[in-house]
Amino acid sequence: MKQRNLDKKDIVSESYFQTVFRRFRRHRLAAVSLIILIILGAAALLAPVIAPYDPNEIVGGFSNAPGREFWLGTDQIGRDVFSRLLYAMRVSLLVGILATLISTAVGVVLGLIAGYFGKAADMIIMRFTDMVMSFPYILLVLVAASIFRPGMWSIILILGFVDWPGIARLVRGNVLSLRETNFVKGNIVAGMPLRHILFSEILPNTVAPILVYATSVLALSMLDEAALSFLGMGVQPPTASLGNMLNGAQSLTVLTKQPWLWLPPGLLIVVLVMAINFIGDALRDALDPNSRR
Amino acid sequence: MGKYIIKRILIAIPVLIGITIIDYAIMCLAGSPLQMLQGPRVSEAAVEAKAIALGLDKPFYIQYFVWLGQLLQGNMGYSMKSYQSVSAMIGSHLGPTLLLMGVSLLVGLLIAIPAGIYSAVHQYSAGDYAAVTFSFFGSSIPSFFLSLLLIFIFTVKLGWLPSSGMSTLGTSGSFGDVAKHMVMPVLVLAVSIAGRNIRYIRSAVLEILQQDYLRTARAKGIGRFLVINKHALRNALVPIVTVIGMEMPVLFGGAVIVEQVFSWPGLGLMTMSAISSRDYPVIMGVCLLSAIVVLVANLITDILYALVDPTIQLN
Repeated sequence: MKQRNLDKKDIVSESYFQTVFRRFRRHRLAAVSLIILIILGAAALLAPVIAPYDPNEIVGGFSNAPGREFWLGTDQIGRDVFSRLLYAMRVSLLVGILATLISTAVGVVLGLIAGYFGKAADMIIMRFTDMVMSFPYILLVLVAASIFRPGMWSIILILGFVDWPGIARLVRGNVLSLRETNFVKGNIVAGMPLRHILFSEILPNTVAPILVYATSVLALSMLDEAALSFLGMGVQPPTASLGNMLNGAQSLTVLTKQPWLWLPPGLLIVVLVMAINFIGDALRDALDPNSRR
Repeated sequence: MGKYIIKRILIAIPVLIGITIIDYAIMCLAGSPLQMLQGPRVSEAAVEAKAIALGLDKPFYIQYFVWLGQLLQGNMGYSMKSYQSVSAMIGSHLGPTLLLMGVSLLVGLLIAIPAGIYSAVHQYSAGDYAAVTFSFFGSSIPSFFLSLLLIFIFTVKLGWLPSSGMSTLGTSGSFGDVAKHMVMPVLVLAVSIAGRNIRYIRSAVLEILQQDYLRTARAKGIGRFLVINKHALRNALVPIVTVIGMEMPVLFGGAVIVEQVFSWPGLGLMTMSAISSRDYPVIMGVCLLSAIVVLVANLITDILYALVDPTIQLN
């Protein structure tokens, strides 16, 4: 058998993050989405600096069309739409991110417990997951939203505590297969504490799928916040959110005569959610351990 | 098979009971429907009398058993607002919702399945990119915003389609009239169904196309048409069945917003008004019905799996 000579310089070494980044960049749409999301995120974060007017202050005439003074016009009671849009994006992103963090945390903990301990714990948690999943999602959210006083924080909590079953199932499935691996068995034999096995051995090995799933939860919870606020059960005026800015479009005059009031927030939701979905899709490919590219 | 179905139904029963308990507990935490009655013109004694008449003075677990007992006799209770029986209310609103859901599911799948298969077979072609991009768009656009856009274009600007209700007021609703009212709501639901499922079907078919048995089929030289349509599609039925099973609960809830925007006289519209007036018996009835629909959909999906995939053993 002929021995192939390999020069040391032929072997390229790259860290895990470099690999992920290289694979991620290949998805051109996702790379563009990431840039757009960073710009929009920065705009939302810096809203107090960028916004030309106070979002809740009456600064102009009623329903002025877009122009030099008000870039996106003013709403029915004379507030600047562009400033409101910036603050609305801030609220919507905040709701989405916090709801995702809560549901991911709940899902991960329940999934770890169900998957690792099995038996009765698994039975109870999974049946409970089935129950939550059996409710049509939006119905559950609507019922909850009608019970608690609507507002930004209750929306965050409701979405956070409704969105977790998918993540719980995902984590449970991964834990079930990881539990059978030799390195976890080795830890058990070595008598490592349970906390170490769960959080330092098992969890890091299932972070990638959780991250991918969390991006889709983020997209979904931003859509749900918009829908709830549109129906008047989410973020309450005068606080602007992308959903409740569209609420006015239920009236015919706004819908037909004042498109600057409802088109920009609607388009902004589409752009944000689409960017998040593209990024999630690229992350799925980039984090896939079976990919050879 | 019969044994399996019975086993599955037996497993579903505790889940169902759990659902009713959670549901009832949440409702009772919500507050009394009598809060709506209270006002300067209604005396406290009248409110109390009403509470006793409705059985609201008893602790909630007793109210729950009363409700459950009646349910087993086929009585879902009466609306606290209109005094109609809940089953009659659901019955009269179920038809329009089923019509809307059924047609939307059909249209959505008629878009998603061919598009998903096409983009898998022609991977990395222009058509593939178009289908995938459409899929992202469909799953990213809020249904209420798409509804508003469609109303703006087709009702306000072009004046082609009616924007609310199921038939023109004052008419009994001929087939053509109802169909015209259905175009926009069906389109909105179908776009979101297609958006969610094109990529799913695409990746499932891509996986099938890499299997050894397809390589064998190609090697036999039976031609591309037979390879795709006989060998690949038969196996693609499994993910398609999954899709239909997953869509049922989403559809059931997703119709709520669309019905609200288009004033479609279905369950969603009824539920929204029940929620805003805290009409518990009606909300309970709808939640129970939808939970049963979801459980039945899951069961049917599992049975269909066995029919389309002979390697799955039901035990």
